[in-house]
Amino acid sequence: MEVDFGPAVRDFRDELRDWLADHLVGEFAEHRGVGGPTDGAAWEVRLAWDRELSAGRWLGVAWPEEYGGRGLGLLEEIVFEYEYARANAPYRATVNALDLLGPMLLKMGTEEQKKRFLPPILAVEELWGQGFSEPGAGSDLASVRTRAERDGEEWVVSGQKVWTSFGIHADWLYVLTRTDPDSVRHKGLTLLLLPTDQPGVEIRPIRNLAGQDEFAEVFLSDARTHADMAVGEVGQGWRTAMATLGIERGTTLLPQQLGFEREAEALIDLARERGALDDPMLRRRIVDAWISVRIMRTTNLRTLAELTAGRTPGAQATTAKLYASTRHQQLGHLAMELAGPAGQIVGEDYGLDMRQRSFLLSLAETIYGGSSEIQRNIIGEQLLGLPKEPRP
Amino acid sequence: MDLTFSEEQDELRKVVRSFLAKYSDEAAVRRLAADPRGHDPVLWRRMAGELGLQGLAVPEEYGGSGFGYVDLGIVFEEAGRALLCGPYFATVALAAEALLRCDDERARRDLLPGIASGATVATLALTEDDGRWDAQGIGLTARERATGWQLTGTKTYVPDGHLADLLLVAARTPCGISLLAVGADAPGLDRTSLPTLDQTRKQARLEFTDTPARLVGTEGTAWPALERTLATASVLLAAEQAGGAAAALDAAVEYAKIRVQYGRPIGSFQGIKHKCADMLVDIESARSAAYAGLWALDAGDETETAIAAALAQTFCSETFTRVAGDNIQVHGGIGFTWEHPAHLYFKRAKSSEVLLGTPSHHRELLATRLGI
Repeated sequence: MEVDFGPAVRDFRDELRDWLADHLVGEFAEHRGVGGPTDGAAWEVRLAWDRELSAGRWLGVAWPEEYGGRGLGLLEEIVFEYEYARANAPYRATVNALDLLGPMLLKMGTEEQKKRFLPPILAVEELWGQGFSEPGAGSDLASVRTRAERDGEEWVVSGQKVWTSFGIHADWLYVLTRTDPDSVRHKGLTLLLLPTDQPGVEIRPIRNLAGQDEFAEVFLSDARTHADMAVGEVGQGWRTAMATLGIERGTTLLPQQLGFEREAEALIDLARERGALDDPMLRRRIVDAWISVRIMRTTNLRTLAELTAGRTPGAQATTAKLYASTRHQQLGHLAMELAGPAGQIVGEDYGLDMRQRSFLLSLAETIYGGSSEIQRNIIGEQLLGLPKEPRP
Repeated sequence: MDLTFSEEQDELRKVVRSFLAKYSDEAAVRRLAADPRGHDPVLWRRMAGELGLQGLAVPEEYGGSGFGYVDLGIVFEEAGRALLCGPYFATVALAAEALLRCDDERARRDLLPGIASGATVATLALTEDDGRWDAQGIGLTARERATGWQLTGTKTYVPDGHLADLLLVAARTPCGISLLAVGADAPGLDRTSLPTLDQTRKQARLEFTDTPARLVGTEGTAWPALERTLATASVLLAAEQAGGAAAALDAAVEYAKIRVQYGRPIGSFQGIKHKCADMLVDIESARSAAYAGLWALDAGDETETAIAAALAQTFCSETFTRVAGDNIQVHGGIGFTWEHPAHLYFKRAKSSEVLLGTPSHHRELLATRLGI
């Protein structure tokens, strides 16, 4: 795949390509394609790679220079993600802070918050975890129960968070809390920044179905943070959180889809090796898998083209997640079928190869970032204008 | 990157949509579906005279406007949405493309201006009794006599072959596959209308008995050009299919908002809402498939076009049929009646699915082109 983003960004692209060629070597090169939103494989190597990126000033390409960014635009950010995915560099360990918290602070944070938190994010000095989901609130974030009360110049936070990706590594959490005890649903929520290094915070790993300790559950018992650690207005945390989730859908689909293309190509190679292409039933499914990844590519390019042209992306920007997550799971099943019995054997200590990890972890894709059922509601209600479900 | 529509293209879509809403509304579609000829010459002249739709992508040197395939694709998407009846696909997507792709400057200069101006209705006669869209399916023979070329044999399932003024016929000669042009009034040409399941797109059977014809291009070299023609037509048909699917979804959504069951609109039930959402996911994916083909055509990339065309035909065929069927399901009993337009879309979907070869055929083309 080769996309020409035009002469304006060609120098930027060439500089990036050269840098990647020079630095994505040795141990980093051995970990090409490793990691994902819910895949914590080779954490230490990936963290070191993030520091390498930081030293090259490739983190926060579109963030203002005063906070350590490069001060470039959306187009450069897209080119960065594109070239990064093209080089198959390891999945960034600090993605929580880079793709979610940072843009949110830039949009809604105070000047003090930006100065305090953004430079350490770009320097990979502080790691962040997201505290949105709760045991009783998965896709339904409005039912958040973690409470925060003011005590003088501090917030006192109690409750439980869950599914915090890479949470065991977090130095700080950004937490959605209920600050008005009498409020319901979206009202009365506040987004707080909370240090983990204190007695009131306990973080326990949760093992995912691939056997990795990549999620965490977070127990907050009278944990404390300073009053000026609220992002956005007090009581308007829902709006702040939604702005964050909107950011997440922007440029993240492109690298994901390039990864899927690689998997599809590997699948075709495997099928060829195994003689599976002579089986008309398998051949049909392989062609359909190829069709799926090619359609994902075009759909993402449509969205990127609209973003870079300054237009509001159309319906395809919203439908893309549901299509990609569903089709990626089918790709995984097909890969396992082609692998046959060999695909059923794992390494020592439940060590999985890339294909096995991808197959198992793809099950998270129809759950996180709004489950497929939530996606269908959003498409039905917001894009098609169908009436809302009656809510109690 | 130029993978987004320009303001001019948005405007073109708007103009074509409102034109077709006026002249190809449900009443017009039903009237033409019931008419054995299925062609409204007044509408045809309007399409040419007011909007220049027949010549939109024909180069200016041959009397057209020289727009690109993305522009033409927009027109086909809207034609699909409106279930436009008449020989637009046959004339523009098949015949004009075959002329453009055959290496015959004189034939282009002679024949394309009539197509572009709307004076000529044309089609491509390729399939025979076994309905195959490949070179092996071509058995009709052309022979060169002292007086010129003559055709003998049968073509069938020819889109709008019953009324086309100009027939471009794929024939076999001792040198291989060749393309020949035949006028509607040629001696030894017998045409029969075939009653079609999808009444919005007519077909004919053509019998040739020593019918005089004009060779287009070089004898025996037509197949690569015909393959490129079919790839282009596949992309345009895919755009038409995406448009038809979008109209079927609009109808389903409209109905789901107003139809009340168990005390609330059925669109508020997840069973219906999620079905409609899945329809939109498929339609947006179908658009991507069709647009990728249009971009490849405008970029002049033949390899990429061949791949994108097979992909688009496979995916858009299946999407349109599924979505048009789901539309009937959302409508329930009323959707199953002759009076309701839902079946018109469903039948158009099914006939489009095989118009240029089945999804299986295109999957196989895709696999071959990818080396799978």
